[in-house]
Amino acid sequence: MRHGKYPLLLAFLLPPLALYGYFVVSPYAQSFLIAMTDWQGLSPAYEFVGFDNFKRMLGDEYVWNALLNNLWLLVLLPLLTIALGLFLATMLNVGGRGGRSTVTGVRGSGLYKVIYFAPQMLSVSIVGVLWAEVYNPRSGLLNSALRALGLDGLAKVWLGDPAYAFWAVLAVMVWANVGFYVVLFGAAMQSVPRDIYEAAALDGASRLTTLVRITVPLLWDTIQVAWVYLAILALDGFALIHVMTRGGPNFSTDVVGLRLYTEAFGDYKWGYASAIGVVMFFVTLSVTVLSLRLTRRERIELS
Amino acid sequence: MSEQTMDAAAATVAERPQTARTVQPPAGQPGRGRKAFDGTLNVFSHAFLVVWGLLTALPLLWVVLSSFKDDAEILGDPWGLPSALRFDNFARAWTHGNIGQYFVNTGIVLAGSLTLTMLLGATAAYALARYKFLGSRLVYFVFVGGMMFPVVLAFVPLFKIVGGVGLRDTLPGLMLIYTAYSLPFTVFFLTAFFRTLPDAVAEAAYIDGCGPFRTFFRVMLPMAKPGLISVGIFNFLGHWNQYLLPVVLITSDEKQVLAQGLANLAISEGYRGDYSRLFAGLTLAMLPVLVVYAVFQRQVQSGLTAGQMK
Repeated sequence: MRHGKYPLLLAFLLPPLALYGYFVVSPYAQSFLIAMTDWQGLSPAYEFVGFDNFKRMLGDEYVWNALLNNLWLLVLLPLLTIALGLFLATMLNVGGRGGRSTVTGVRGSGLYKVIYFAPQMLSVSIVGVLWAEVYNPRSGLLNSALRALGLDGLAKVWLGDPAYAFWAVLAVMVWANVGFYVVLFGAAMQSVPRDIYEAAALDGASRLTTLVRITVPLLWDTIQVAWVYLAILALDGFALIHVMTRGGPNFSTDVVGLRLYTEAFGDYKWGYASAIGVVMFFVTLSVTVLSLRLTRRERIELS
Repeated sequence: MSEQTMDAAAATVAERPQTARTVQPPAGQPGRGRKAFDGTLNVFSHAFLVVWGLLTALPLLWVVLSSFKDDAEILGDPWGLPSALRFDNFARAWTHGNIGQYFVNTGIVLAGSLTLTMLLGATAAYALARYKFLGSRLVYFVFVGGMMFPVVLAFVPLFKIVGGVGLRDTLPGLMLIYTAYSLPFTVFFLTAFFRTLPDAVAEAAYIDGCGPFRTFFRVMLPMAKPGLISVGIFNFLGHWNQYLLPVVLITSDEKQVLAQGLANLAISEGYRGDYSRLFAGLTLAMLPVLVVYAVFQRQVQSGLTAGQMK
């Protein structure tokens, strides 16, 4: 096998490394340098200003506002998505109790899974446009449903009112992501021996007890992965918000990624925008490391 | 605490012989009451499942139905059924709304980016998984490290770099960029996969006279098919859904991809008030993936979750 090793290594590694190095590694590395400059984008001239951009950021209320919105998403998105995902997955996989103590999924669980997962197939831009129409104050699905139910008072200008826009966007994020976690948790539940659930059922454990005391501990690894993944999603949020609200109304849905984009391609403050990106990188990194640390538990052996 | 629960559960399993399943609980035990309680809970949980199903499916159905309506129906009666099947909405969206052009662009970019991603990702992963060489771990971590960085961080320099080589606002540029940004996950996933393949097969191929290249293309690559399918589905959806990179790199209208074009269409149609065309465009963009998904849902679901479980 050693024969001809180097030609293969060169042929197999050089092209991907060249492409990756040029378009991924080098921009990431450069953005750390650009963050130290006052580059205005349009002209090639710039000067190194050290940490000035970062100092300016400390007093920039728009950045703080965007960061705060990201932090709210960071708390709420994983919490709601995982809770709902776990609950629905439990119903679908171990919710049915046919005869005595046989634990199965409820009837039609396959169909439910197909439907729940469907939004995962849609691009963020489709999801965004679709929900912007659902929230449309005049012709949207939501307001007309409320009016049909006689709840006219609850009809709102969902995306146009700073009091509701953030929640409306959060709801869309949960809607689009839950299905994936239903399937992911479902797959993990399939690998838990049926006996354990059946024993719990025989012992008279209610579904809630089963969920909290058996499913959650056994699925902890998967929940942890879900948490990290959703946290990263919550720290981004750029695409959906760019499509739905562009950060408005009155910056109520602004997030750090969108701030960076606006500073860079709206105001051509490339140096400042890169500094925002660098801060975002360190926030993402610490959140990932922290959530991996905090959620670490002893692994439960099943055999 | 969880361990105690586990011990208790395991102990019960061990104590009870298999026949226990057919044994009725003694009369007067909480059996009956619990059954009634579980009955109500069952109704409740079924109701919840149905409600979430409707919440998921209704907006999608609504878009499809609205795409057959005219503007008066869309604005006047959002919940009603269309009075006629107006296929001309789709025709107008395809031509006037440029959806047709966006589809073609997306198709071209995807064909190129997926082929490149799979080829470069598989070869790099294979080299890293099966060969030890100086710096192999470093190369692996450089690749995988790319997963940690938020893509927006690269926006500004990427805009400059891509412009510098004349690839800004071009479809080949988009292909190369999609490929480059897909490599971290692809290499990560496939390296793990190639490591699981047995050495003996590769050695047998070598003894039978296969060179290292033939061993890869004739023996190892076909064996890695399940992994390639998983990562292929993942990348297909990722590239199909890409929004960030085209927003930064594509400026001219006729070169936009579907996701980006649709978002812009929504803004312009909103101003103009041509809702039927917008809904037809949305349906055109949405239905193909949903139909493919309905056919291959098992593969898609397991492919995507396998990618996440690693």
